[in-house]
Amino acid sequence: MQTDNLKHNLTLIQGVTLQDIAYSTKGYSLDVQAKAESVLQVVQEIDKAGFFIEAITGVDWLGEKAALKKEADDKAKAAAAAEAAEGEQQPSLPANESPVLQEDEMEIVYDFNHYTSFCRLTVRVRVPRSNPRLPTISSIYPGADWHERETHDFFGIKFIGHPNLIPLLLPEDSDFHPLLKDFKA
Amino acid sequence: MSAFLERQTDETFVLNLGPQHPATHGVLRVKLLMDGEYILAAEPVLGYIHRMHEKMGENRTWIQYLPNTPRLDYLHALAYNQIYVNAVERAAGIEVPERAEYIRVITVELNRVSSHLVWFGAFVMDLGGFTPLLYAFDDREHILDLLEELTGSRLTYCYFRFGGVSCDIDDNFITGTKIFIKRMRERLKMYRALVTGNIILIKRIKDNGPISEEMCRKYGATGPVARGSNINFDVRKHEPYSVYPEFDFDVPVYSECDSMARYMVRMDEIEQSLRIIEQALEKLPDGPFLLPKAPKVVKPPKGDYYQAVEAARGSLGMRIVSDGTNNCYRLKWRSPTFSNLSLFGEACQGMLLPDALALMGSLDLVIPEIDR
Repeated sequence: MQTDNLKHNLTLIQGVTLQDIAYSTKGYSLDVQAKAESVLQVVQEIDKAGFFIEAITGVDWLGEKAALKKEADDKAKAAAAAEAAEGEQQPSLPANESPVLQEDEMEIVYDFNHYTSFCRLTVRVRVPRSNPRLPTISSIYPGADWHERETHDFFGIKFIGHPNLIPLLLPEDSDFHPLLKDFKA
Repeated sequence: MSAFLERQTDETFVLNLGPQHPATHGVLRVKLLMDGEYILAAEPVLGYIHRMHEKMGENRTWIQYLPNTPRLDYLHALAYNQIYVNAVERAAGIEVPERAEYIRVITVELNRVSSHLVWFGAFVMDLGGFTPLLYAFDDREHILDLLEELTGSRLTYCYFRFGGVSCDIDDNFITGTKIFIKRMRERLKMYRALVTGNIILIKRIKDNGPISEEMCRKYGATGPVARGSNINFDVRKHEPYSVYPEFDFDVPVYSECDSMARYMVRMDEIEQSLRIIEQALEKLPDGPFLLPKAPKVVKPPKGDYYQAVEAARGSLGMRIVSDGTNNCYRLKWRSPTFSNLSLFGEACQGMLLPDALALMGSLDLVIPEIDR
């Protein structure tokens, strides 16, 4: 199978994790997590396997780390409280509470599909929210040009090496990114 | 390539096409770098009717966003209804009664025929033939009347609900649709004689605007554009959804890669849609048209979900990210014409201006869907 070959080639790239997804519940069948440095390599393999590009978009995960931390802290506190109640001891402070909050991230999602094989493929790359940048793939897929411009419009994600990263759907002088979760109109 | 192109190009000029030009079918602007009548480079300029539908998806509840969906593509609005309810149903695990799925298929296919009819009329009008537009709109009127009676609106239908459709089809609709199918078959014969076989049309669009298979892949072209370039790709067959596997229909594919091939694909698709409607009416099961306990508030579990359907212009996609609340966290539309138009800049290089407009017409553009 073409896709098995692709999967094998993708696992050879550093920092890539693959996950098979149940198509019936999620609507896509393969999830590829990659690092910003290796996105070109990943997309080259996908191109070699004959996939076509569906779309590129972003997701702003503002507040995700705080939510994760809160969840972990709550769990630790609950565990400590349970321990205290059981042993009648002084409740100790949760030890694993991390002092510094990690920076929130933005996710860039690439969707690929194949004209003949049944394999809808999603590539995810995470970049730090304060400095969202990663290489452009428009040299491999010229169709990515517009999708990347749109993603830059909406999220302010910079695609390094893009030939023409100017607003596509927003006004030509716009300096705001409406899909950021902290955007105020 | 013409002799003009090999000459010194210091006599070039920029021609502004649109945003208010009948051939661009809406508010699309194209900056053309011209050498006489020949195009050296073309750059579509988008965003004139950008409304940020994706942000609206985030600040409305799931059900409140439903009336937004038909506003994206006013010609094949029901496909946009369908993809949204299908995506949310998949995410929230809502089962849809079989009768509702059949009604959805019937109405979506009727809507597809009406969309192709508008394209047919407008495309031939782009090429200078006014008469077919009037015939096509006459036929389309019958579909609009049928759907108006059923759904209450003529263009921006909001007919589907999570778990079914808003009202059942009645005998009037069924009889009317059967009469329409019979009429449409007669009319298709006439279109073949009047337009398809017309030597002026053939001379004009044969070998016009070649789009290779590889170009389709690199730009992500789908729908009739890809099927006119020898790519057998139709979401209804490739990733079957709804009750499409129950029906017997063909996917027309042409290998000429020119505007004529794209024309033929759409004309054949009208006939295939009629076949699907006919079979669906035949097999239409009894039962509820809407879940008795259709949810008014949905809260899909955390995660992201993808849904694709075949719209009149190609593979329409939607990615929703849910955080488990009453609002969508992120909603992405993958509109087929956005990708189909993105190849225009490369495809029209070196063409005569009127030929490029024929190519643009054969892409079947709907601007609200591109600008979203």
